[in-house]
Amino acid sequence: MSTTGMFAVLKEKVGQVLVPGDEFCFDAEDTISLSESAKPERAVCGPGLRRTGDRLVVMKSGVLRHKAPLTFWIESQQKRYVATKGETVIGIVTARGGDVFRVDFGGSELASLSYLAFEGATKRNRPNVQVGDLVFAQFLIANKTWSLSWCASTVSLGLVRRLLAPKSDIRSDLEQLFPCELVVGMNGRVWVRASSVQQTLIVANLLQSCDTMTTQQRQQLFRKVQQGAL
Amino acid sequence: MAGDGVKLSKNLLRMKFMQRGLDAETKKQLEEDERRIISDEHWYLDLPELCTKETLLVEEESFVPCEDLQFGRISFKGFNPEVEKLMTLLNPKDEDEEEMDVSRMQTDVTDEEMALRYESLVGSMKKKFAKKRERAAMDQNDINHGMDPEKKRTFLKPQD
Repeated sequence: MSTTGMFAVLKEKVGQVLVPGDEFCFDAEDTISLSESAKPERAVCGPGLRRTGDRLVVMKSGVLRHKAPLTFWIESQQKRYVATKGETVIGIVTARGGDVFRVDFGGSELASLSYLAFEGATKRNRPNVQVGDLVFAQFLIANKTWSLSWCASTVSLGLVRRLLAPKSDIRSDLEQLFPCELVVGMNGRVWVRASSVQQTLIVANLLQSCDTMTTQQRQQLFRKVQQGAL
Repeated sequence: MAGDGVKLSKNLLRMKFMQRGLDAETKKQLEEDERRIISDEHWYLDLPELCTKETLLVEEESFVPCEDLQFGRISFKGFNPEVEKLMTLLNPKDEDEEEMDVSRMQTDVTDEEMALRYESLVGSMKKKFAKKRERAAMDQNDINHGMDPEKKRTFLKPQD
């Protein structure tokens, strides 16, 4: 089924730049008859692509990416985060009211985080979270579910994806530096903790500055830091 | 009181006490009319063509499954061992890593050892709670299957 039809056209365009308004039409060969015993492959259209009626439309300008078997999406740069179900983000508690915290994650609205979403919390045993604390939580509809702990600088969304990619160079570079831990939110916020305040600040600054660097520039910078030049 | 000139409303005619006098035919007619009215009021989608064009296309809003992004908490060089444990649990597994996981348990007790230990344990616990006669029967069986009854049984230390 994938040798002809719309998916073949899409596969050809992988790696090319597409703009909003580009369309791909479902062909007759793309339909799956229910009497077929062959296992239909699950097609996924990811961020930047949307299906309207019988066409697949590009919504953002960027590069078309592909993952086997039939997942396509548009890779583009963004600064503004849009809440997406299932993603984990770092938010700041702005208020407590009723049974929920109001949390700011950089979106257009505040999110609600129930007291009971914390580990070990019950109605009597309220979680020990104050206004101004940081939470790391996951979206359930537009509400957050579990959250863990509590600091952050902001980076671009592209850097977030590079930090969390499966075999990330930046992560392996960071690993060579010194022991530390990170919490990366899909909303572009990163929280860093290391054994000293100075080290923490170094890592935070490194992350912010290496966003626009090439791999070589970044590795040079990291090397300088390791040697204690900064 | 309804005279011959007064027409009765439909609703009135539909009431239970009025239906008792009617015969089966008229009853059926009334029921059908009602059903028709009700089904007319139901809304339905008038789109037969779209159904045939349904491929299994799922719309995904997040980059996370597309790029196989990892879990958001990361720890380096053992800075936070709990986070490192969470990382091994929650990260999408590499294909090379998976095979090594199951066999590599040198410090822990492996599954086979557990199974062997349980086998002997079940036997000895069963003996403990068995009545005297059953115990005698069990011992008889053991002796018949087992070792030389002449040999003196000394205490055997478990090989740990």
